[in-house]
Amino acid sequence: MHADPKGVLTGTHFIDGDHAACEGALAAGCRFVAGYPITPSTEVVERFAQRIPLVGGVFIQMEDEIASSIAIMGGAWAGKKVMTVTSGPGLSLMMEHVGLAAITETPCVIVDVQRGGPSTGLPTLPAQADMMQVKWGSHGDYEPIAICPNSPQECFDLMIKAFNLAETYRVPVFFMMDEVVGHMTERVVIPPADQIEVVERRWSAKKPGDYRPYDTGDDMVPDMVKAGDGYRIHITGLTHDERGYPAMNPAAQEKLVTRLLDKIRRNRENLVDVREDGVEGADVVVVSFGITSRVAGAAIESARRKGVKVGHLRLIIAWPFPAARIEALAGKVKAFVVPELNMGQMALEVERAVAGKTKVIGITHAGGTVHEPEVIEAKILEAAR
Amino acid sequence: MSENLIRGAAACDVDLSGVENEYSAVNPVMPYLRQERIPHIWCPGCGIGTSVNCFTRALSDSGLDLDKVAIVSGIGCTGRVAGYMNLDSFHTTHGRPIPFATGLKLANPDLRVVVYSGDGDLSAIGGNHLIHAARRNMDLMVVCINNFTYGMTGGQVAPTTPIGPTQTTMPYGNFESSFNLPFLADACGAVYVARWTVYHVKQLAKAMLEGLKKKGFVFIEAMSPCPTLYSRRNRLGDGVDQLKYYKEKSIVKNGADTKEVGLTYQGEIVVGKFVDRERPTWLDSMNDHYTKVFGDRFTRVGASHDEN
Repeated sequence: MHADPKGVLTGTHFIDGDHAACEGALAAGCRFVAGYPITPSTEVVERFAQRIPLVGGVFIQMEDEIASSIAIMGGAWAGKKVMTVTSGPGLSLMMEHVGLAAITETPCVIVDVQRGGPSTGLPTLPAQADMMQVKWGSHGDYEPIAICPNSPQECFDLMIKAFNLAETYRVPVFFMMDEVVGHMTERVVIPPADQIEVVERRWSAKKPGDYRPYDTGDDMVPDMVKAGDGYRIHITGLTHDERGYPAMNPAAQEKLVTRLLDKIRRNRENLVDVREDGVEGADVVVVSFGITSRVAGAAIESARRKGVKVGHLRLIIAWPFPAARIEALAGKVKAFVVPELNMGQMALEVERAVAGKTKVIGITHAGGTVHEPEVIEAKILEAAR
Repeated sequence: MSENLIRGAAACDVDLSGVENEYSAVNPVMPYLRQERIPHIWCPGCGIGTSVNCFTRALSDSGLDLDKVAIVSGIGCTGRVAGYMNLDSFHTTHGRPIPFATGLKLANPDLRVVVYSGDGDLSAIGGNHLIHAARRNMDLMVVCINNFTYGMTGGQVAPTTPIGPTQTTMPYGNFESSFNLPFLADACGAVYVARWTVYHVKQLAKAMLEGLKKKGFVFIEAMSPCPTLYSRRNRLGDGVDQLKYYKEKSIVKNGADTKEVGLTYQGEIVVGKFVDRERPTWLDSMNDHYTKVFGDRFTRVGASHDEN
């Protein structure tokens, strides 16, 4: 279905990534946001607070990120599309509710405008060091989705995808920006509402009495209802059966956790979103994401001018990781080069996928600024030798 | 008849033949419970079930459309209440039922949202949310079952534990000052504050009824025995002995200054309705403010709720 025109600011704008992300959320149909101020993400909620009164919805600034991350769960079960927005320290506080969203299958988008860490770290400067936290940060096994925009335009476009995936799979979707993408100002084109495809919630067609909150079909994703419609649902963070009732035994645990993982794992191929440039026939493939993909692009162009056959594989969706695609390339290339604004996170995932078949050269960076393109280029040249 | 009920009855050597019909016919509480989830997990002598009984009577008397009542609990013994109520019910994370309920209410203002949880959940780990929801006058009814201890985890010291009694993490007796919860809720701006014990079933049910009908942040503290841990460890007898204590030491003081209603170990218990006042809710304030700012361009959120 098409976006509700009330939330769509059609036109050409000159705005930063934080603002564009907010517009993406509004266009996607997000009508409830709870947030807490934290640099460098605050502009997202500031804009939402400014825009939402006339779009029709609610913004509330909560007392902390713990509250924000569960207030949106309440909003989702009341029927709204929901989002919260934060950066590293706030993300750490939200982790428990990532697990709650996973086990209760509550669709939600969590925006993380990454900054240098650990702890308070570098509040105003970029990093990409939360990639493993969003994958593994909440206790227990779960499979989130993580999306990595590299420009204000993508903050708009991919935010719609983030909401659509949250509704399709009923999982928390992380929107992995960073300080540079959040604060860079570029042209952003917002199309008319009838050119924006949005996914509605998977509303159950069943009547109260026939409906069980965690019955699923072949796609392993249950249909949803909302509070107030007479279904008298029970939703718990405890391991539960199809009725939603606590079922604390190994068999119920096995069944539930397996399905929670499989609804993503078995759809992994549908969820692959990589942008490839000159990968076929390349000797070296650079795997990058977010802001680093733009820096890597400059390095790749320069290396190509020097005659190196270098391809670029950019992760739009970082989780689930496109392991099969990397594995397929592993026998064909001399090396993968993985620059990232952390001390080696997604490079581990590339290594896991290539399983020793090819060299993986990570280019780490502790954060605070972006890589020098020359550093990436030097590694490309070294790898091609 | 539910398997749980049959199993529970069998374990207690009780013949349940024909009981379900009888329950449904004669027990006015049963329609409000998820019968298939009975028996509940609470210990003999625990007062949580009594409070739930009061709550069902309040629901019954309220005339509210039960499809529009949602209940949210946190974690702990009282956190299990949501799971037994035949309402839209949410069993959330430890300490966070209030912010979950806040999201539920703001995203669908037609709902009457009740938070039902324990003293540790609401005033320790959830203390920050409690004070801010009261400050905002979020339109929620909070029922706080206060048994002075962490029951589910085996009897640790709580922010409500008075000075004196032994808890597993205060093995030589508690030396830490406790919260006076009605004073806290009052100071933060709750529009309705009451305290009763589970001995005072009529009064507690009435307070819950008033709370269900009140607009704004309602805080009802219900003192409840924990015979398995708190009472046994401190040689206070069983559940009945605690009810006797409630009966003998409670003094009804409606309108009491909440500063004066702090609790001491086995001391006097001031009960009553302490606060009942009017203040615009968060949502009313938002709607009124944006109507002023934007005029006709603004559509009030939850317009149907305004009419109630």
